[in-house]
Amino acid sequence: MTDISDQYQLTVNIWRGNSDGAYQTFEVPVRDSQTVLDVVTWIQRHLDPDLTYRYACRVGMCGTCAMTVQGKPKWTCRTRIGTVVENNELTLGPLRNLPVIKDLATDMVPFFDKWAEAGAQFVPGDQVPEQMAAVAPDSRARRAADVAIECIGCGVCYAACDTVAWREDYLGPAALNRVWTLVNDERDGDRDGHLRKVAGESGCLSCHSHQSCAELCPKHLNPTASIAGLKRKSFLLALVGRS
Amino acid sequence: MTQRQERLLYVLQRLSALVLAPLVILHIGVMIVAVQGGLNTAEMLARTQSSTFWPVIYATFFVVAGVHGCIGLRNILTETTELPARSVNRISGGLLILILVFGFETVRAIA
Repeated sequence: MTDISDQYQLTVNIWRGNSDGAYQTFEVPVRDSQTVLDVVTWIQRHLDPDLTYRYACRVGMCGTCAMTVQGKPKWTCRTRIGTVVENNELTLGPLRNLPVIKDLATDMVPFFDKWAEAGAQFVPGDQVPEQMAAVAPDSRARRAADVAIECIGCGVCYAACDTVAWREDYLGPAALNRVWTLVNDERDGDRDGHLRKVAGESGCLSCHSHQSCAELCPKHLNPTASIAGLKRKSFLLALVGRS
Repeated sequence: MTQRQERLLYVLQRLSALVLAPLVILHIGVMIVAVQGGLNTAEMLARTQSSTFWPVIYATFFVVAGVHGCIGLRNILTETTELPARSVNRISGGLLILILVFGFETVRAIA
């Protein structure tokens, strides 16, 4: 961490263009409690209205403003420059592992397509239950999915994942984490089907457990642990045909 | 390759690692003892040829090392090269056959 309170100008390198682009340097005045999103917004308002980036809530609820900050994917609205600036310099780029539309905005379609491919949607049972399902909070399955259900789909883990970078077909931590919640959801009508869909090399079996997803998840979730749970069930599925 | 086959490879690689780990330690231990004790080739062969334990151990070693290594190589090639899946499978499978052929040739020689 660098003390930047007595410095006035911050040098900011920002990726410009699509995947064939290059970094452009700006000088930005430093303010108290300034976030990375504040810096980007200041550049767009005062220096270059053409700068493209994406954000919505500004308070860490939507996950829209995720970018690569000093080489790591982060929510820019929840990242104060004092925690990331080194040598009075800040480098910002679009999220890794996704097509770049322009500057800091990536195309999130491949990310969400993989949620669909993973079958990461709740499947209702055949019959409408007469009463709302009473899920015991201390049941084993509920506890297994407890933390994982908090994912808001920002894509930070997907950008952080090396396996996504290496394997085009790999579903990624977020989609697999979501499937783990469904495999443990007693209301779901096809828990076995959910597992079978991801119990292959494009799914949980290719995870290297590098844990970049767990380290960088802004909500402090642990997709690696969810994937490890899917691996354990896949192992049993391979051995005895049951999960 | 079907997902079922992929799961089988996943399980095989982990189970082979389970067998491989103690065998590697045993192999290194044998090498240290042999070097420290100053055994020559004839003395080593005399020991292996009068026993069923060592040929069985080394036959197992070659099989699990081949299976484990070739599945690992397949993963590495898939993730670090642009080779199509069929080529990756052929290279890994070919290496497994080579390891098994040389391995059993070696075991035959010491048995």
